[in-house]
Amino acid sequence: MSSATTGRFVRPAVLFTGVLLASLVAGCGSSDDDSTAAPSPSATAAPSATAVAADSVLTVQDPWVKAADAGMTGAFATLVNNTDADVTITGATSTVSPMELHEMTMRDGQMVMQAKESGTVIKARSEYRLEPGGDHLMLMNLAQPVRAGDEVSFTLTFADGRTQTFTAVAKPFTGAQESYAPGHGQGEPSHAPSASHSPAP
Amino acid sequence: MTATNRPVSRRGLLTGGALAAGGTLVGAATVATARNESTAGPPEQVPVATVGEAVEPFYGVRQSGVATEPQAHAAFVAFTLRPGTDRAALGRMLRLLSDDAARLTQGRPALADTEPELGLLPARLTVTFGFGPGLFTAAGLDERRPPSVADLPPFPIDRLQPRWSGGDLLVQICADDPVTVAHTQRVLVKDSRPFATVRWVQQGFRRAAGAEPGRTQRNLFGQLDGTANPKPGAPLDTAVWIPDGPDWLRDGTTLVVRRISMDLETWDLLGRTDREFSVGRRLDTGAPLTGTAEHDEPDFAALGPDGLTVIPDFSHLTRAHVSDDRFRILRRPYNYDGVPAADGTADSGLIFAAYQADIARQFLPIQQRLAERDLLNEWTTPIGSAVFAIPPGCPEGGWVGQQLLD
Repeated sequence: MSSATTGRFVRPAVLFTGVLLASLVAGCGSSDDDSTAAPSPSATAAPSATAVAADSVLTVQDPWVKAADAGMTGAFATLVNNTDADVTITGATSTVSPMELHEMTMRDGQMVMQAKESGTVIKARSEYRLEPGGDHLMLMNLAQPVRAGDEVSFTLTFADGRTQTFTAVAKPFTGAQESYAPGHGQGEPSHAPSASHSPAP
Repeated sequence: MTATNRPVSRRGLLTGGALAAGGTLVGAATVATARNESTAGPPEQVPVATVGEAVEPFYGVRQSGVATEPQAHAAFVAFTLRPGTDRAALGRMLRLLSDDAARLTQGRPALADTEPELGLLPARLTVTFGFGPGLFTAAGLDERRPPSVADLPPFPIDRLQPRWSGGDLLVQICADDPVTVAHTQRVLVKDSRPFATVRWVQQGFRRAAGAEPGRTQRNLFGQLDGTANPKPGAPLDTAVWIPDGPDWLRDGTTLVVRRISMDLETWDLLGRTDREFSVGRRLDTGAPLTGTAEHDEPDFAALGPDGLTVIPDFSHLTRAHVSDDRFRILRRPYNYDGVPAADGTADSGLIFAAYQADIARQFLPIQQRLAERDLLNEWTTPIGSAVFAIPPGCPEGGWVGQQLLD
C-alpha cells in the first residue's frame, strides 16, 4: 500500500459556530438605537445565522445591524473565508444608507474609528469579525429608520469585482459608545448612550 | 388504619367557617394518574455533569416548555405592549425573540449577546411564548382570539393584584440552571424594549435537576403537587393540544397563570391529620386517604366508622377530581418563596401554571368546583391571574406567532 503515504490531508474548512462577541465599544452610530417609527420594510423571516449563496465569496455568519432612528449605525457579522485565496473587501452598500468600512484604532490614548480606505483583506482559511468595538460596516447616514426586527440587505464588493449580498436583522443594542475620529465620514458623532427605549414601534 | 385514626378535628374544620370561603387553588394534589407508569417509562437519572449541556428543542410543530418535563427554575415574564406596537411590529418583535430563544436553547449565545459566555449552558432551557387578549387587539385580530382566552371570571376568594395580573405577551423561561434563566430573561427583556414594557415577572423553582427524578413535585405546604396530571403520550395530547382549527391555533394550547399565596402561618396551626383531610391525601406518599400509593384511584364512596366518607367531600382531591382526559388540565407549577417579614411571616406560594386545550371546557369547571367548596381555600389566596393563548411552534427559520401575525 505505497499510496497510503502520499495522501495529503486537507484540513476541512474551519467551521465557526460562535457568534459575535460584543465587547467594549459599539459600532459607530446614532444613539437612537431602538428606532421603530416607520413601517417595516420586511417582517417575514427569522434572522438566519448564516447566509451563504451558492456562489458566495464568503460565509457570512450571524449578521446583525444596530437599530437606529437616524444618523449613523453599524452592521456586524463574522465573515469566513473558506477558500485557499485571500479575499479583499473593497466596499459595502445598502439601500438604507451610504456606507464605509471602518476600523478601530488607538488615537491619543482613546479607541476611535476611522474609514478603512484600503479595503479589508480576509486571509485564506480564516475568519474576520465585524463587531462592536472592532472593525465594522458603518452606515453613515440613514435614509430611513432601521427598527428592531427589520431586515436590512447589504452588498459587499470585492477587489476582483465580485459582489455578495446578505441580510442582517436589526437588534436593539446600547453597547458602549465610541468616539469617531474627526475628518471621517459624514454624520454626527455620537458619544452618549441611548437614554430612551420608548420609540413608537 | 386510615379511618380509625381520624380525629375529631374534621368536624372542627367543617364548623370553623372554612367552607365559607370561596376560591381557587386548582389542584394542590389532585387525582391520580401515574406519570411514571405511562408509556414514557421512568425517567433516567441525569448525571450532574450533563445538566448544564442538556438541550431541549426549540423548533417544532409545538412549542417546548409545555409537555417538557418541568425544569428546576422558571421565570414567567409578562409584557405590556407599547402603544403603536401593531401587527407588523409584533412580527418584528417575535422574530427577534424567537431567534434569541432558538440560539440560547441550543447553547449558543444570542445574536449581539453582551454576555455570550452565559449562553453556553442551556440546561434544558425552553422559552415558551403566550399571547394575552391584548396582543390580539394590538394586532387587529380580535376575531381570532379563542373566546376563553380572556380574564377569568372573578371568584370571591380572589385578591388579585394588578402587579401579578394580565399581560399582552408572556415569555415562560424554564431551565435547570438559574443563571441560564437569568441571562435568557435579560436577553429577551432587552430585545423587547422597543415594543413592550415589563408588566410582571414571577420567578419560581422546583427540586433541583436530578434530585428527585420523575417524582411529583412538592409545594411549600409539603404537598405533592401534580399527581393528577394527564399521562405523557395520548392522554396529555388530548388534554393539552388543540387538535384542529386554523394553523395559528392547531397544535397550540392555552395557559392560565395564577399566583397563589400560601399562608404558612395558619397552615402551621394545623396538625398533620387535618392537613391530610384538607387535601384528601397522605402527605408522605401522596396516596388518597383510601389508598396506599400516590397513584391509587381514590374511593370517594368509602365510609369510615363514623359514617363519613374517608375522603372528605370538601377535600381538594374530591373537588378537583376529573376522570376524563378531555377534562384534565396539565399542571406545571413552580414554587415561589419571597423574603419573610421582620416577624418571620413567610411570603411563599405557588406559581400555578395550567395548560389545557380549552379553558372553558377544562379549567373553568374545576375552578368552579374548587371555588364553591375546597378546604384548601382557607390557607390559600389567589393574588394574580393571567390567561394566554400558546401558539403552535415554528419550523427552523420561522418565528413563533408567524401563522397568526404574518
